[in-house]
Amino acid sequence: MANLELYEVFVRSRRGLDHKHVGSLHAQDAEQALEYARDCYTRRSEGVSIWVVRSRDICASQEDDSASFYDPSDDKPYRHALYYQLPDAVNNM
Amino acid sequence: MSDLTAATLEYATRLGDDALVLGHRISEWCSNGPFLEEDLALSNVALDYIGRARMYYTYAAELAGGGKTEDDFAYTRDAREFRNLLIHELPRGDFAYTMVRQLLVDVFNLLYLEALTQSADANLAAIAHKAIKETRYHLRRSKEWVLRLGDGTAESHKRTQRAVDALWGYTHELFEIDALEQSLAEVGIGVNNTGLRPAWLAQVSAILSEATLTVPKDDWAVRGGRVGYHTENLGHLLTELQFLHRAYPGLKW
Amino acid sequence: MNHEENFMRKINAEEKIEPKDWMPDAYRKNLLRQISQHAHSEVIGMQPEGNWITRAPSLRRKAVLLAKVQDEGGHGLYLYSAAETLGTSREELVAAMQSGEAKYASIFNYPTQTWADIGAIGWLVDGAAIVNQVSLQRTSYGPYSRAMIRICKEESFHQRQGYELMLALAKGSPEQKSMAQDALNRFYWPALMMFGPHDAESAHSAKSMTWKIKRESNDDLRQKFIDQTVQQIEVLGLEHPDKDLKWNEARGHYDSGEIDWDEFYSVINGNGHCNRQRLEHHIRAHEEGAWVREAMTAYNAKQQAKQTQAQAA
Repeated sequence: MANLELYEVFVRSRRGLDHKHVGSLHAQDAEQALEYARDCYTRRSEGVSIWVVRSRDICASQEDDSASFYDPSDDKPYRHALYYQLPDAVNNM
Repeated sequence: MSDLTAATLEYATRLGDDALVLGHRISEWCSNGPFLEEDLALSNVALDYIGRARMYYTYAAELAGGGKTEDDFAYTRDAREFRNLLIHELPRGDFAYTMVRQLLVDVFNLLYLEALTQSADANLAAIAHKAIKETRYHLRRSKEWVLRLGDGTAESHKRTQRAVDALWGYTHELFEIDALEQSLAEVGIGVNNTGLRPAWLAQVSAILSEATLTVPKDDWAVRGGRVGYHTENLGHLLTELQFLHRAYPGLKW
Repeated sequence: MNHEENFMRKINAEEKIEPKDWMPDAYRKNLLRQISQHAHSEVIGMQPEGNWITRAPSLRRKAVLLAKVQDEGGHGLYLYSAAETLGTSREELVAAMQSGEAKYASIFNYPTQTWADIGAIGWLVDGAAIVNQVSLQRTSYGPYSRAMIRICKEESFHQRQGYELMLALAKGSPEQKSMAQDALNRFYWPALMMFGPHDAESAHSAKSMTWKIKRESNDDLRQKFIDQTVQQIEVLGLEHPDKDLKWNEARGHYDSGEIDWDEFYSVINGNGHCNRQRLEHHIRAHEEGAWVREAMTAYNAKQQAKQTQAQAA
């Protein structure tokens, strides 16, 4: 359906959790996308909140970027808790 | 059985008939929708109505006693015994026809169910509480669709106006009451629907005008659903609905 | 490491391939063929069961069936959604199906003649589909795998409701029982065919296995289904349609009678009772919906123009 927009759907399954990507659908506008998300992706009470985003509005990193995006964090182990050795008595910190 | 119980039983059956017959009609859209998302959405509406019919019939069966079930009401009565308002049994028509009917019925149901939540009968009030939530969503959909179709293309406008004109004469009996419903309204169990028309007309007219559609004149009215005087459509609907019970009487499925 | 090697490294390491990743053209094409065929099957599969929604014999069964057929549509949507991440629009995919270029599962070319067929489809057809889909949860393409996980979670009720329906018939009157037997006889073999040709004759299998699009072979999956169905038929008290079925102690599996592959290809090639009907139905609904979709677009354009005007003013 060339005349309809593709929307990505994100559902919060329980209060306190993040919205999670569940799939996409076609709709004419955001309002309709929200309703169809309700009808298509929460038929079994899977959600308490829904986001819809036009797919073309999503800016995504490319696989080719991954070397410059993610590799630099690989050599920064000091960002992780286990990098630091502490005595057993206080190790639950 | 007291007169009041008998009247309540009949009343619950009528409301069950309305829900079943319309739910059946909407279910005919399954795999026939204009696109996949809408197909799924229509099935949800149909499921709401079928669920509603089950609640009303289950209550009627409880009042009737003698081991009756919801299915006795749905599957073993002939057209003359059905008491649904005629608008519900009209064919599914095209998408404009379906959506206009939904709009007319949804606005009505919202007003009607609001009143029924105040029923002195706890069972009916509980059913209304559940149904009204569904109806709010149904109305949101049917309203948006009528706006889109009415104010969309020349063709969609034409189809939608045609549907409004074809259905309008069936809306009058939504606001008529007989002795039985009158007596139930007087004791606070049933809804006095005769007073609902001004609010209904105001809401429907506003939506139709926004959709660039014309509100028809009240120059014809077909009535008879509540006394079992139906259009020819109901007989065919029941032929399908009740096929297995007619072909193999008395069996459980 | 070049693209190809990096891709195979991920496949071998059981890492998922994601939409923006580089992938060989043939992988993309193969995936698209399989996912879209799967999506079309879900959507066309709404018809044979939809055929009984208005005739379901109790309100409970009616609600269950409608919910089930609606689920099939939903699963079609999840799968179209996965296929679209490969860069082909749903409109193109649907057009390919309507022109006959893309296929759907041939099982849906069989007619649903009696109410028992609805039970047989839920139990056997969904049962066979689930065996396949459970395996596909581990498929190498991320969106396809996630769609499968979601679908498997939802489909467990489909097979159970079908079996429960058959059970009611098998334990019912003699007419009901024979209705159940007849449905079993007609749907058992086509259900076995759903797993596709024998491994040796399967056109797409080898490459799909290397790329981990498919995780288990047609014959292995079919064997699972044959084995699990034997006891289910016994519990129903119905006769097994396969007269040559025998337990093979050495293999630890049932040996099955030979499938009539001539029938399989004959139905695929257009001689089924419903091939034309299914496509015509789909095309008709799509064409009848054209004015609705056009109206939506026109309305939306008007609304946007109004908004722009308001902003300008």
